[in-house]
Amino acid sequence: MPKFKKNSKTSEDIPTAALPDIIFMLLFFFMVTTVMRETDIMVKQKIPRATQLTKIERKSLVSYIYVGEPKNVSLYGSEPKIQINDVFITEEDIIGFVNTEKDKLDEVERDQITMSMKVDVDVKMGIISDVQQELRKANALKILYSTIKRVAEK
Amino acid sequence: MPRGKKKLPEVSSGSMADIAFLLLIFFLVTTTIANDKGILLRLPPPPDPLQEQLDIKIPDRNIFTILANSKDQLLVEGEPFEGSMDDLKNDVKKFILNFGKPTPDGIEIYNSLPPQMKAFVNANGRNPESSDDPTSLKSIVSFKSARGTSYDLYVGILDAMNAAYNEVYASRVGITTEEWLSLDRSNSMQKEMYNRGRSGIPRAISIAEPD
Repeated sequence: MPKFKKNSKTSEDIPTAALPDIIFMLLFFFMVTTVMRETDIMVKQKIPRATQLTKIERKSLVSYIYVGEPKNVSLYGSEPKIQINDVFITEEDIIGFVNTEKDKLDEVERDQITMSMKVDVDVKMGIISDVQQELRKANALKILYSTIKRVAEK
Repeated sequence: MPRGKKKLPEVSSGSMADIAFLLLIFFLVTTTIANDKGILLRLPPPPDPLQEQLDIKIPDRNIFTILANSKDQLLVEGEPFEGSMDDLKNDVKKFILNFGKPTPDGIEIYNSLPPQMKAFVNANGRNPESSDDPTSLKSIVSFKSARGTSYDLYVGILDAMNAAYNEVYASRVGITTEEWLSLDRSNSMQKEMYNRGRSGIPRAISIAEPD
């Protein structure tokens, strides 16, 4: 019976050169997974494209309204819904939302509030029009239809 | 004892590349490209019940009507429209720069136009059946959609209408539309240019509530 000879030439210590990298990777993993976004968008967002874009000058004056088909169709159905912050709301709640957003601003800037509408391309105009009527009632008259720059085809 | 000759322990730099990579990936993941651009629109104030509804009669020739139905079909000036959004933009532009029956204000605007645009007016405009001049209430672009119109088409038409106006403004001051859109209004020289382009020609876009 042959006896296994122990190879004494191989070193037995584990290489530790990669250890800092592993630590770094862990650190980064936790840094990345820490939630920094304030809202989790729960509706489909395929933003339409357009050419004539204006840039918002004061970002602090902007509030966002998301409209689209819910991502979780089995839970919320496939009808387009309005999302604000982290919840779905109905049209009637918009006035309240606008007022809370206005309260965050200085008194002189309240009329300047801009509502950025992030709307999915597949949404029909009916719901958008309802939202706009509510915004008019809430006296938030500046609207920005969020779009992506379309590169001219030619 | 030769202290200076002592060899310093080397810091291994083999993992530097990895660290850099990780940093890169970190920033790639956390950076979200802010999309704060879009088409700005000002809604009309809510109707005041105490105020009487003013009934201003505007002749049909001064209104450019665009209708969209639930099937995303377009009716432009009473006729079905099949062309692209670019064609629509050109039609709107021709409508704005028609100068069919200009008022004194309109004549003044016409005289202030650069020769290129005067040529455009004389080649395409001067139609007595179309808008009088681009001043207030003399040329209005009206757009009405249905509740079933897709948002995509709505934005497309809004874009075309704005593009027509921006083109007019831009060529008035002799710059391209791209340059016009990137004018920085906090800069006094560019603001002056902006005001010069827009003076006398209001962006008369009327958007009716869908029914």
